[in-house]
Amino acid sequence: MILSIQNVVKQYGKHTAVNHVSFDVPKGCVFGLLGPNGAGKTSLIRMITTITGPDEGAIYLDGELLNERTPEQIGYMPEERGLYKKMKVGEHLLYLAQLKGLSEKAANEEIKHWFDKFEINDWWNKKVEELSKGMQQKIQFITTVVHKPKLLILDEPFSGLDPINTTLIKDEIRQLNEAGTSIIFSTHRMEQVEEMCDHIVLINQGKNVLYGEVKAIKNEFKENLFRIETSDTLPGDFDKHFQVASRPDGAVVVKLDEAASRNNELLRYLIQHNIHITRYEEILPTFNEIFIRRVEETQN
Amino acid sequence: MSKLNLIIKREYLTRVRKKSFIIGTLLAPVGLLVYFLVIVGLTKYEGGGEVKVAVLDEGGVVGIIPDDRGVRYIPASDKTLEQLKSEVLEGTYNGVLQVPTLGSLKQKELTVFYYSDDKLAPEKRQYIEKRIADKVRDFKIDSLRLDRTSIETLDTDVSIDPESIAKEGEDESKYTIGVGLAIGGIMAFIMFFMVMMYGQMVMRSVMEEKTNRIVEVMMSSVRPFQLMLGKIIGAGAVGLTQVLAWIVLSGAVMFLMPFLVDVDPQAMQPPPGAGAAIDPEVAQGEAFRLFQELGKQNWPMIVGSFLIFFLGGYFIYSSMFAAIGSAMGDDYGEGQALVLPVTIPIILAFYIVAFVGIRNPDSGLMVFASMFPLFSPIVMPFRMAFSPPVWQVALSLILVVASAFFFVWMAGRIYRVGILLYGKKVTLKEIGKWLFYR
Repeated sequence: MILSIQNVVKQYGKHTAVNHVSFDVPKGCVFGLLGPNGAGKTSLIRMITTITGPDEGAIYLDGELLNERTPEQIGYMPEERGLYKKMKVGEHLLYLAQLKGLSEKAANEEIKHWFDKFEINDWWNKKVEELSKGMQQKIQFITTVVHKPKLLILDEPFSGLDPINTTLIKDEIRQLNEAGTSIIFSTHRMEQVEEMCDHIVLINQGKNVLYGEVKAIKNEFKENLFRIETSDTLPGDFDKHFQVASRPDGAVVVKLDEAASRNNELLRYLIQHNIHITRYEEILPTFNEIFIRRVEETQN
Repeated sequence: MSKLNLIIKREYLTRVRKKSFIIGTLLAPVGLLVYFLVIVGLTKYEGGGEVKVAVLDEGGVVGIIPDDRGVRYIPASDKTLEQLKSEVLEGTYNGVLQVPTLGSLKQKELTVFYYSDDKLAPEKRQYIEKRIADKVRDFKIDSLRLDRTSIETLDTDVSIDPESIAKEGEDESKYTIGVGLAIGGIMAFIMFFMVMMYGQMVMRSVMEEKTNRIVEVMMSSVRPFQLMLGKIIGAGAVGLTQVLAWIVLSGAVMFLMPFLVDVDPQAMQPPPGAGAAIDPEVAQGEAFRLFQELGKQNWPMIVGSFLIFFLGGYFIYSSMFAAIGSAMGDDYGEGQALVLPVTIPIILAFYIVAFVGIRNPDSGLMVFASMFPLFSPIVMPFRMAFSPPVWQVALSLILVVASAFFFVWMAGRIYRVGILLYGKKVTLKEIGKWLFYR
């Protein structure tokens, strides 16, 4: 485990922002930290980055209780980003890299490496305020990864990025992940979760309401719905054998019980009746649906 | 390099490299020079040009008055008032001065009439009144057949020269108080100015970091306390740099002054009514005694304690400003209510010096104010020039240093909560609660 959250509680006055939350982040995975606004995600991230400390419980990074060396092992890109507008790009990166524990020499080398990679060598002496928003985002990304953190925490990393930069940063994240960096990815964009994450935790009202592997969760939430598309008409007694959930645009969606689904009863029936099938699929819930369902279920 | 050092270095360098800092630092002594030139120019300035006055001396009291300070007195007793009035209208004179006959030698008041349609400048009016009063005095002395030299021996200049009983041999001249007031006043003013200016600079800088959201990135690398302390120390170092630069540059300007302007000793004389003209030799003696008095001050003690009080006061106030800045949102106007409780003690301390200290530097209120840590950084340096008891200085120093640590600690607790809190209007009561957050 790269990160282990154990029974963590955080209170602000009377408000409990994080309420006995536990989960583990496996090493080398892309981990989705999900939840509606105000769920306690930021409070949790701030504790992981040691900006604040938990009132109860413990957090371990790579087996070690969080300590003063933790910040140097974590790269954090907050959703609300910012840089010193009047500083020169090169000096700014040097400053933040040194604050992350790099020596001046090492920081220089790392920054040069990223400048080459992004082909922005002529930006060194530009002031941050002279850069476009997209360019500033690139700099922000470099500041997050320049010290080669073990764990990268990205809060809505693609918000405000154009498609070209989104692809660029996505590729960088993948490369870093392949090289062994564990990544916590906090977002509202569920299609990104399905695309990028292998594990997730869903937080609502300060509590852990859903946690596990993406594939397993999708399986867990499936409702045994099957969609059939056919050029033939279905036999008249079809409705007596199967529960038809809906009939969208000429297709039929059937809800089976668990056993029937496992025994492929529907398929067998269709083949026996010589129905010509053009398409047959199990409808798995989207993460969006799972998210909304779980949040609504736990709202009370 | 430690993180704190890195922060201090950045805070210092970004400010010192700013154009506004360089211009401000260089221009202030130039401004001082211009100020002196203007003062010199103003003292030389004769208000409103020459005034020609016809003197109608009806009783032969004033006789001939020599021209003086832009007023020409022209004897015209051979003409009537009506004639002179028409000559004024023709423009021969600016006005007619009608000096009536003195009723008796015992008369204590004399009203002189001035006929003109132009206003007489108040300054000229004073000069003329003084001249005529002198002439009437001479007239009375002559009429009473008094001996002029005997009368002059009646006038005696009296000044109190304080002598210490306990510290015998340490002569305090009549300049001690004046020099003390000047040194103390200047120090109190510098303190007030620096604390206000650099304290508020820290506050704005904290607000800026919060509004442009860099702070969240910073917080994931350094402790909030490190960032706050680094900022306070960095800005304080900028303040010291500026003061040192000003001292050096002002010294240079003062040194160059005599070469740039010729200061007219006549122009420096007090206006009439403030005493007789100063004899140049006496003036030289006075200047010498003034420098002697300046030299007698315990400068290492004054400068040394000034520095400690400066640092103490600066840390107390700038940490409060930092805490306030962290609690404020993007709206500076909204935060004014939070700034006020911090600025009030500074202003109050300055008023105590200005209204009480100058009249009585050792009064009970001054002693209290020079101990109370929110006031003492401004009040104690003022009192230093009046040799307060050593135990008072020592106690005040201990209190101010201890308070500085306390305030920085307290501000750190407020700062770490406030800096990450957005979109909420904060009250002082709420800030108080943050102190006790874990």
